[in-house]
Amino acid sequence: MAIRERLSGNEAVAYAIKQINPDVMPAFPITPSTEIPQYVANYIANGEIDTEFIHVESEHSAMSATIGASAAGARALTATSSCGMALMWEELYVAASDRLPIVLALVNRALTGPININADHSDSMGARDTGWIQIYAESNQEVYDNFLQAYPIAEHKDVKLPVMICQDGFITSHGVENILLVEDGPVKKFVGEYEPEHYLLNPAEKMSVGPYAVSNYYMETKRAQREAMIQAKKVILDVAAKFEEMTGRKYGFFEEYRMEDAEYAIVIIGSAAGTCKAAIEKIRKETGKKVGLLKIRVFRPFPEEEIAKALSHVKAIAIMDRSEMFAASCGPLGAEVRAALFQAKSEAEVVNYFYGLGGRDITVEDFEKVYDNLETMAKTHVVTGMYDYIGLRER
Amino acid sequence: MIKDRINETSPWQDITEGNKIFEPATSREFCTGEWRTATPVFVKEKCKQCLLCAPVCPDCSIPVVNGERGEFDYDHCKGCGICAKVCPFGAITMKEGK
Repeated sequence: MAIRERLSGNEAVAYAIKQINPDVMPAFPITPSTEIPQYVANYIANGEIDTEFIHVESEHSAMSATIGASAAGARALTATSSCGMALMWEELYVAASDRLPIVLALVNRALTGPININADHSDSMGARDTGWIQIYAESNQEVYDNFLQAYPIAEHKDVKLPVMICQDGFITSHGVENILLVEDGPVKKFVGEYEPEHYLLNPAEKMSVGPYAVSNYYMETKRAQREAMIQAKKVILDVAAKFEEMTGRKYGFFEEYRMEDAEYAIVIIGSAAGTCKAAIEKIRKETGKKVGLLKIRVFRPFPEEEIAKALSHVKAIAIMDRSEMFAASCGPLGAEVRAALFQAKSEAEVVNYFYGLGGRDITVEDFEKVYDNLETMAKTHVVTGMYDYIGLRER
Repeated sequence: MIKDRINETSPWQDITEGNKIFEPATSREFCTGEWRTATPVFVKEKCKQCLLCAPVCPDCSIPVVNGERGEFDYDHCKGCGICAKVCPFGAITMKEGK
């Protein structure tokens, strides 16, 4: 039986950590993820779990210690946000290249500057090339569910890659929602015991982790790492299927909302999908216009062909980025979804908007305008306002 | 030897997960002497076996057996020249190249 609760996103992640009882958690506080290690420290102090908490002096050290613990053979994790993750940058690549199944609870927050503590995706989008699996959530329920699926994906023998479980800072991390928790027994069974095949603290096997690789080896190593990311696609779906068996809640690479007959679609990541769904219901009820949403859950590995297929029947698409990449053109989601559509020879009109930077609110009315624009573009075959900012004050 | 299993002709499918190495002391097999641009030459007849050279070598490339130094280990000597500087008897000279 599921447990009915009401929790913030941070509480939900901390609760998942408690249920998993991992071996080692080095962490350093940063808004808005601070509560996660704080709650875990409470669980440890109360004797509810026996996780080894390491107080580190920075996020650079937090990820370094997590890597060390994982290489030693521990189930390890950490949590961070924004500039904390920026300070982990070097180690993020090491964790992935060393093929360590670490989990990072990332609470998305805008990168400085200007300094800002609110939600956008500039931190994780900046880390999109580090080799980490990235899974995003719309709600507290989803971030909890994603967290339970993280270790089974990361530790799978065909994957062995670190996983970033992302949620939007404050919007879900601090917003309290109703949530269905899985009981401890089924969680422990689902996540299982971690039994690494090779680990540094194994006295029966001498090994080295992270050796130098000259140009004669580097490229082959990277190709092998790519293979793990390719294999991760199947594993992510398999784990989601097992999760559905346990909870009845269905997950994939993305959620298709009212897409069966949709003519106009928005592609988006994270909590704003909830607002978009409200707009869809309003538009469909008031006008009957066929509007839909593709909410990306898994951004790494990038489900290129699947996304193009899901969008193959629509007339116009707005891809909405919650982070800038200062290409003076597209944002990261816009770049990759448009590439996927091009490769699939899509004939849809496509526009790429920016929204919600540094926690700027996006409303149902904003989404209504986006769908209006899509309808006009589909009629005129003229894309206007490419790369516009939604909700920007302008003269 | 690890070289027999993974070497510079190995396809990517044979590279171990994360480049992990599953045996100890494989650095001996990594011939860093290739980097050398200057080479110390041991002039045996001038050597008094004072053994000042061996402990100053940063790469342990001067083997000492039964209290006597032997020929350089050129697989690992990087040609830094510290041994030639420290030798009081001119028993080590530096030549250009490998």
